[in-house]
Amino acid sequence: MRASQDIYPQSVDVERDVEQLRNSWRHPRGVLGWLSFTTHQAIGTRYIVTAFIMLLAGGIEALMIRTQLMRANNGYLGPERYNQIFTTHGTTMMFLFAVPVMEGMAIYLVPLMCGTRNVAFPRLNAFGYWMYLFGVLFLYWGVFTNTAPDVGWFAYPPLSGPQYTPGKSTDFWAQMITFTEVSALCVAAEIIATISKMRAPGMSLNRMPLYIWSILIQSWMIIFAMPAIVLASSYLLSDRTVGTHFVNPAEGGDPLLYQHIFWFFGHPEVYIIFIPALGFVSAIVVAHARREIVGYTAMVLAQIANGFIAFGLWVHHMFATDLPQIGEAYFTASSMMIAVTSGVQIFCWIATLWSGRPRMTTALHFVYGFIAIFVLGGLTGVMLAAVPLDLQAHDTYFVVAHFHYVLIGGALFPLFGAFYHWHPKFTGRLMNETLGRANFWVLFAGFNLTFFPMHILGLKGMPRRIYTYPPGMGWDGLNLLATVGAWIIAAGGILFIVNFLWSRKNGEVAGNNPWDADSLEWAASSPPANYNFEYLPAVTSRYPLWAPREQRGVVTGLATDRREALVTTLMDAEPHHRYILPGSSIWPLISAICVTIGFAGSVFNGWYITWGAIISGLAFIGWFWPKRPLEPAHD
Amino acid sequence: MKTTTRVAKVSAATCTAFTLLLTSCIYNRQSAIDPAGPQSGRIDTLWWSFFWLLGAIFLIVMVLTAMTLTRQHRGFEQEPLEALHKASEKTEARLRSVITGATIVSIVILFVLIVASTVTGKANSELQNKKNPLTIQVTGTQWWWQIEYKMGDPTRSLVTANEIHIPVGRPIQIRGASNDVIHSFWVPNLNGKRDLIPSRITTEWLEADHPGAYRGQCAEFCGLQHAHMALWVIAEPEDKFNAWLEAQLQPAASPRTPEEIKGEQVFMNHACIYCHAIEGTPAAGQSGPDLTHFGSRRGIAANTLPNTMGNLAGWILDPQTIKPGNHMATIEVSSGDLQPLLEYLESLK
Repeated sequence: MRASQDIYPQSVDVERDVEQLRNSWRHPRGVLGWLSFTTHQAIGTRYIVTAFIMLLAGGIEALMIRTQLMRANNGYLGPERYNQIFTTHGTTMMFLFAVPVMEGMAIYLVPLMCGTRNVAFPRLNAFGYWMYLFGVLFLYWGVFTNTAPDVGWFAYPPLSGPQYTPGKSTDFWAQMITFTEVSALCVAAEIIATISKMRAPGMSLNRMPLYIWSILIQSWMIIFAMPAIVLASSYLLSDRTVGTHFVNPAEGGDPLLYQHIFWFFGHPEVYIIFIPALGFVSAIVVAHARREIVGYTAMVLAQIANGFIAFGLWVHHMFATDLPQIGEAYFTASSMMIAVTSGVQIFCWIATLWSGRPRMTTALHFVYGFIAIFVLGGLTGVMLAAVPLDLQAHDTYFVVAHFHYVLIGGALFPLFGAFYHWHPKFTGRLMNETLGRANFWVLFAGFNLTFFPMHILGLKGMPRRIYTYPPGMGWDGLNLLATVGAWIIAAGGILFIVNFLWSRKNGEVAGNNPWDADSLEWAASSPPANYNFEYLPAVTSRYPLWAPREQRGVVTGLATDRREALVTTLMDAEPHHRYILPGSSIWPLISAICVTIGFAGSVFNGWYITWGAIISGLAFIGWFWPKRPLEPAHD
Repeated sequence: MKTTTRVAKVSAATCTAFTLLLTSCIYNRQSAIDPAGPQSGRIDTLWWSFFWLLGAIFLIVMVLTAMTLTRQHRGFEQEPLEALHKASEKTEARLRSVITGATIVSIVILFVLIVASTVTGKANSELQNKKNPLTIQVTGTQWWWQIEYKMGDPTRSLVTANEIHIPVGRPIQIRGASNDVIHSFWVPNLNGKRDLIPSRITTEWLEADHPGAYRGQCAEFCGLQHAHMALWVIAEPEDKFNAWLEAQLQPAASPRTPEEIKGEQVFMNHACIYCHAIEGTPAAGQSGPDLTHFGSRRGIAANTLPNTMGNLAGWILDPQTIKPGNHMATIEVSSGDLQPLLEYLESLK
């Protein structure tokens, strides 16, 4: 039953090696052991599960919003509660669901698809997860103690400043950002290192799966975008806590500066969310249309271009702030360029499906749904790039419709598709296809019913973020329709949960490669062992599992009695040297707790920064305390 | 206290009835696709060109996507796809050239759209070169609009709130400012929106080409009562506008009936004067809307409610229920004082 055993060389002692791998990669036992896991499957799963719980929380908040807006002058939520709910909804979906879930999928999939045993920095990986989890708990601690942020997920000063929003709610928001920044930067660093230096021998850059390309680009984008939000949230936080007046206009600060910096992060943030999702689409299209991608080079170049252009169009969020016309024209052009690079990818997928033999699985249903929704969202994006149109549509429900089309269509649909696609790899069992299709159609119908009417609402003058509206504006019917749609989406979500729970016990046993897919993760067992592969694969083509048998090979000679992996060169992935990955450790958790004490406490008292720094320093010393070097491998 | 509760209840009921009656005609008075001026007209034209062009592209892409489903077996029958997982070199080359072609077409289309958008923006900015403009300063305040007419002659300058009157066919310069947080001035039937940013002055030009009442609403999230921050722009023929202007330039009408005279005293003896100004009286508060010609305005509480005596009673007695969190203080007005106060305020035409 072992993966690809037929291609193993005769000389190896498979029994002995597997026994040793099991021992050296065994998880420690007990609660403390569970808290010390550093394998990428465990950490990735924790990210995905936590993020899906956040999706549930954000979804419940969305339902509360829609219920309040169901009819004119509704009294279900007052203005205070409504502002808290929509802020928490946006914050949860952007910072605590969408980015972390993409990171979780990457942590799980990247080492498998690259053909290695773990991410490059397993303990940093665990630390990143704990920071994310504590960020979640921190924000929701505020929410459940009636200190939920209420100034929007963008928290524009001066509204978010100390004068107009006293209390701690905005500090909770800004400090939660710090947690997610730390976590996202940890993941980005290790994904880049893993992809750059730990790919299977032979997996040169031009043989990398498109998903790996997308997540590599996304990680670089995180590295360039996150410092901007570090700056923005620090300006805000220090204005609020120590009166620095960076962005407080009453004291000579500049509220537009905050907007520039926030959107310099905020716009790439959207691409950070959907670029990996486009990678999912590529993986699903190739596997389920059973055909190589058409235009691989064009796809890669388009994604790279997307990553660059994403940083050059933040001002289209600020057209209404009266900037000079010539500058606006530049940002119109750069915003529309995204349509070209995204268009190329859409054309390539359609051409692949056109000339392939698509197998209409649930995963591919979600890809078709994605194409329909994402193309529409992209085209309304082109409209919003035009300054005159944006001045009408900006901050109306037209924009709400637009970004839910690109984010739900562009990220959530591919994510669901990816879940159906990789679920057999994660759990060893396929999800139910009948339920899956019902899941897709209910979500698709509910989604369009909710968000399509919002385009019209925006044109009819309904602004965003209003907790109620008077009757007679011509908005009542469309709002009711949107609310009904939201409840249908909820039903779709329940179908997904039911299918997931049902499949855990009753799903068809998948085997290693149920879809006859092309990439390396399908060579590992399902679910993968802690060490992923008995022998690391070697690669001779872009689609390694579709290569003829005689062209497939494995790496032998790596030590199996310790966590050893292969480091390869950046461009051509030639074997370079061996690398001993660290094992389980409790120190990432202890360090994360110490950092959290500093971060969380500083909202209430500045001295916590000092105490937090001291105990974090001690924790990091413990983490990096030199250990006796391991015995050299005996081979 | 019991009488005040009853008055509040009665006024709440009348308020609902009136709201239904009066607002039923708002429909389409706050719409980006029902233009009433040259600016919004050009944007409307641009919108429909984008709509039809991009709509056609959407349909073409959807048809092509759907066609991939109907072709399921052709690729396989013609070529050994399943074994090689790719088509013949000829097919691959053909697909690549189709993608290249489609990409070039989209670049051309986008170029046309960029030009159309820039040309529209340029045309809309030409209004500032038109002769005889009228300058109106709009200052956003949580959660109402202060309106100032800036005339060449400072004695003819005018302060009012939540309602702008403009002459048809004359260019209007809106100078945007803010007293507290960022707001956004938006009257969609006339033009797109412009943020009102503290510490800055922003500018927007608009013009109405036929008479009418156009509703606008704050479009930048500004806190608790962002939803209840509306204003009316009333476009009138030049002569009617001038008459309105002359009337507004007068100080407040002196109370005539005994009730009104009592009402004025009630106003002057209560906390009202700390925040509100009535020209020609000692009331000179600056933090609330100017009430000199309150009775002539369409709405109260930044057009949260239509301006009727019943609504006004409800508003004065319990502003925090109608617009929770707003900055109007709840003032104890005895039942005997309420009716005179209402009559006085409504007499300020």
